[in-house]
Amino acid sequence: MSAPNLKIEDLRVSIEDKEIIKGLDLEINGGEIHAIMGPNGTGKSTLSAALMGHPKYEVTSGKVTFNGEDLLDMEVDERAQAGLFLAMQYPSEVSGITNADFLRSAINAKREEGDEISLMKFIRELDKKMDHLEMDNAFAHRYLNEGFSGGEKKRNEILQMMMLEPKLAILDEIDSGLDIDALKVVAKGVNEMRSPDFGCLIITHYQRLLNYITPDKVHVMMQGRIVKSGGPELAQRLEAEGYDWIKEELGIKDETVGQEA
Amino acid sequence: MSVDTSLRFDKDYVTGFSNSRQEPAWLQELRLQALELAQELPMPKPDKTKIDKWNFTDFKHEAAGTPVAFNELPEDVKALVGSEAEAKNVLVIHNGTPVYSALEQAVKDQGVIYTDLLTAAKEHEDLVKKFFMKSAVAVDENRLTALHAALFVNGAFLYVPKNVELSAPIQAVYYQDDEAAIFNHVIVAVEDNSSVTYVENYLSTNESTDSVANIVSEVFAGSGSKVVYGAVDNLAKGMTTYVNRRGRAEKDARIEWALGQFNDGNTVSDNTTHLIGDGSFTDTKTVTIGRGDQKQNFVAQIFNHGKHSEGYILTHGVMKDSASSIFNGITKIEHGATKSHGEQTERVLMLSEKARGDANPILLIDEDDVTAGHAASVGRIDPLQMFYLMSRGISKAEAERLIIHGFLAPVVSQMPLESVKNRLVEVIERKVR
Repeated sequence: MSAPNLKIEDLRVSIEDKEIIKGLDLEINGGEIHAIMGPNGTGKSTLSAALMGHPKYEVTSGKVTFNGEDLLDMEVDERAQAGLFLAMQYPSEVSGITNADFLRSAINAKREEGDEISLMKFIRELDKKMDHLEMDNAFAHRYLNEGFSGGEKKRNEILQMMMLEPKLAILDEIDSGLDIDALKVVAKGVNEMRSPDFGCLIITHYQRLLNYITPDKVHVMMQGRIVKSGGPELAQRLEAEGYDWIKEELGIKDETVGQEA
Repeated sequence: MSVDTSLRFDKDYVTGFSNSRQEPAWLQELRLQALELAQELPMPKPDKTKIDKWNFTDFKHEAAGTPVAFNELPEDVKALVGSEAEAKNVLVIHNGTPVYSALEQAVKDQGVIYTDLLTAAKEHEDLVKKFFMKSAVAVDENRLTALHAALFVNGAFLYVPKNVELSAPIQAVYYQDDEAAIFNHVIVAVEDNSSVTYVENYLSTNESTDSVANIVSEVFAGSGSKVVYGAVDNLAKGMTTYVNRRGRAEKDARIEWALGQFNDGNTVSDNTTHLIGDGSFTDTKTVTIGRGDQKQNFVAQIFNHGKHSEGYILTHGVMKDSASSIFNGITKIEHGATKSHGEQTERVLMLSEKARGDANPILLIDEDDVTAGHAASVGRIDPLQMFYLMSRGISKAEAERLIIHGFLAPVVSQMPLESVKNRLVEVIERKVR
């Protein structure tokens, strides 16, 4: 398996004719963990949704390649098949389909017909990963996300990531609504995935998740762009001092999208 | 196309038909009276569906099947009833002819009668006379019930005497591979404190030829009895169907309907239960999938007559392609039915822009001291759910399939019999592919 590469060039994204992402560049390689930080309303979640192909978001210009292929040209399922994964901030609830059935369908979707994962192997893998995430096995037989608490949904997203073994995962505010114990469990799941064949983009408000998953690169997003990049020390400074010093440095009064400097 | 029934089926025809089957005189008389009524009575008027252009009256009437040994039954039929060892209590009617039947000796010894209706009309004349189109479905309700009485070909007669609890299900398969119409009549009569589960499958193969199904089922649940009635309708596109399944529950009796309605042709379905006795109970569960350009009208209707009676309606329907369906749920609580309860839920999921679904929950309450509730929803597939499933690598078609199964699961999972459940999943699978 070759190391993955996600390359975003001058990306612009609109929702209902309102431009949210205004020319964004980013490159993520296998083995790297990137964090995008920033206050609310700066376009972080829009970026993740647009990369996965969310139907409401329209890419108006720019280029995104994933392992050299044009990502924007692919359907949502093709992006996933190519190895992209998005842990969503608000995962859908789907009634009547158990978590286990859903996961098995997803795993088999990536495999050739006739080469489906055996039920035994699937259950073994699922049990192992659920233990790792300290999830009750009963979750396998509950309907997909239905009636799950916020924290349970987040764990379930990480469980899916571990089962599907993507090449590049985007975690959209996976830490929001998690208590410290759940946060550690989620971090454990991500760290377990770490390898030269896996890249990760963590989107978060807070530095606290990064105490448990050390990023290689940290980016700050404001007004629909990356305005500052650095190493893990940048996250620590943000935690200690907040975002105001960046705004001051760049002459930004209002960091949210739609407010120009 | 309004077809004058007298053109094709007249008095001479019906007399000849009845004679050829050596029917008892009362039945022939009933047929002839019904034939007259069929020419006078209006068609049924399903709410919100226009059926005046549908053909219910022009069809080939008679076909024939040949009695066979179990092994010679068509594979489709065997798949439904299981192995010969499993199919202990079964009746198979092929093109109107009973071709196979089995009933355990132990069941017979308890006085249970399970035979084709024509045989029952000869051998158990008084019983059939008592139940056939009298207090449940009347001959003179409309043109189609009258036509049914005049021309019914055969059907099933299941009689369970007092204080008999049957654990093994009683099965029936009505299989048509001739272009002739299906005119089938089912009577399930269960006396006081008895219980039975009856499961029927309708199957036909007429994809393109035009034909008619006119089906009536009558269920009589005596005091303290319990009847579970499972049905999977799977008639082909060429069949225009009128199906009327009706139940009467006496004091403390219970009727549970589990209906999988998967016809491919235009269908009018009426499933009505009268809760006659105090403390009686009924539960009607229906799943359906519409596809192609078929039009369907489903009525699920419960009348609470008795005090403390309870009726529940749960319907989930999926509409594909340019199929359209009307779901009318009616809870009617009569004056004097104090402490009664009625509840209904209709949910419709539409998969395409051209599909149409309409859910109409209706509560008609003539008594103050009752409780009742309803819920209905008609919606399209949620694009965010699709996005979520597809973001895990699942194709659009597979994601739709999962959502449909999920949508129907709350009804399917509550179906009373494992065999019905499995059959439903199988038919749903075939229809959503």
